[in-house]
Amino acid sequence: MKENSITERLYNGIIKENPTFVMMLGMCPTLAVTTSCINGIGMGLTTTVVLALSNLIISLLRKFIPDGVRVPAFIVVVASFVTLVQFMLEAYLPSLNESLGIYIPLIVVNCIILGRAESYASKNPPVASLFDGIGMGLGFTMALAILGAVREIIGSGAIFGVQFWDSPIGIFALPPGAFIVLGGLVIIQNKMKLRSGKASEEKSCNGNCQNCMEKCEEINISEGGK
Amino acid sequence: MSELIKIGIGAAIVNNVILSQFLGICPFLGVSKKIKTAAGMSAAVLFVMAISAVVTNLIYVFILEPADLTYLNTIAFILVIAALVQFVEMVLKKLMPALYKSLGVYLPLITTNCAVLGTALNCVQNDYSMGTGIVYSICTAVGFGIAIIIMAGIREKIEYNNILPSVKGMPIVLISAGLMSMAFMGFAGVI
Repeated sequence: MKENSITERLYNGIIKENPTFVMMLGMCPTLAVTTSCINGIGMGLTTTVVLALSNLIISLLRKFIPDGVRVPAFIVVVASFVTLVQFMLEAYLPSLNESLGIYIPLIVVNCIILGRAESYASKNPPVASLFDGIGMGLGFTMALAILGAVREIIGSGAIFGVQFWDSPIGIFALPPGAFIVLGGLVIIQNKMKLRSGKASEEKSCNGNCQNCMEKCEEINISEGGK
Repeated sequence: MSELIKIGIGAAIVNNVILSQFLGICPFLGVSKKIKTAAGMSAAVLFVMAISAVVTNLIYVFILEPADLTYLNTIAFILVIAALVQFVEMVLKKLMPALYKSLGVYLPLITTNCAVLGTALNCVQNDYSMGTGIVYSICTAVGFGIAIIIMAGIREKIEYNNILPSVKGMPIVLISAGLMSMAFMGFAGVI
């Protein structure tokens, strides 16, 4: 696949650098809203919209934003889109807005979005950045949907609200279940990696989204201090 | 007074910011390898949360509400918090070098900590007054500290254990966090 082509970007976001399972980014919404599959998909698609649009705008503005203030500039762009999306949800999908609650405004501090803005959109042309955002967002949506589906099936014995099991294990729908199910999914993924001969290397941030931000913040500070 | 105690205990233990609200998971997983760094991180969070509670409350009451711009609270708060962190860092560097030495490295990390923004937004959504908001924020930060320091203690022990290669690293941390979260659910009856 050609570097930076549309299909390559989508593949990269959904499989190769899946933000949740491979990069371990954006853990807060991942764990918090996946009490059901529908909530997971809703959160994932909301994030996808914000991610794609902010990537596009940041990429268009990449030559105008001075290096020293780029992180605050990115935050303003992302926060504006989050506010817009929040209004849309309030108007058209009030029930989803209700169940996602405070995690909608918190998309602003989702490390996936700032991470992509910093590492991809600020260096690449708009179309590739747009599709990078869509790919990453769909990867995130897929991860949230899987996590949500597992928790919904085990925790409330239903899928998409259709009940099929009378005695579910309720703890999986509660907060502890989120940690345990995600841990289980990462174990399965590590097992497959070990079997296919690839060592389970811990990529990029090693579960610490701040490492990514840390670097640019440091640069920011040292430049601001001059 | 009893109302404040209720809010405080609720924020620190019952609705623990990490283990039941899932805010600030990133530092919880990232900066919890050693007890010392975990303690430093939670002290820095406590500091920033307390100050941001005051500042965001003032901004909300005196700027956003009179101007009828309350829907801009996400943008306003995140920018204020980012600026505040930088400001606090500069002030500490000048006035309290000793404190800066111990907290300095953690301060820049806090801008992207969703616990700080989440707490500020929670205060506004629940219509807390300034005093209640400060108590709520400080207790939330204490809850953050409790969770991350316990986690660091557990991880220091896990280091020496012999575990399956596929469970090593993140999975075992996540599962331990799940068990901790289960234990904290036991506090649900306290208030």
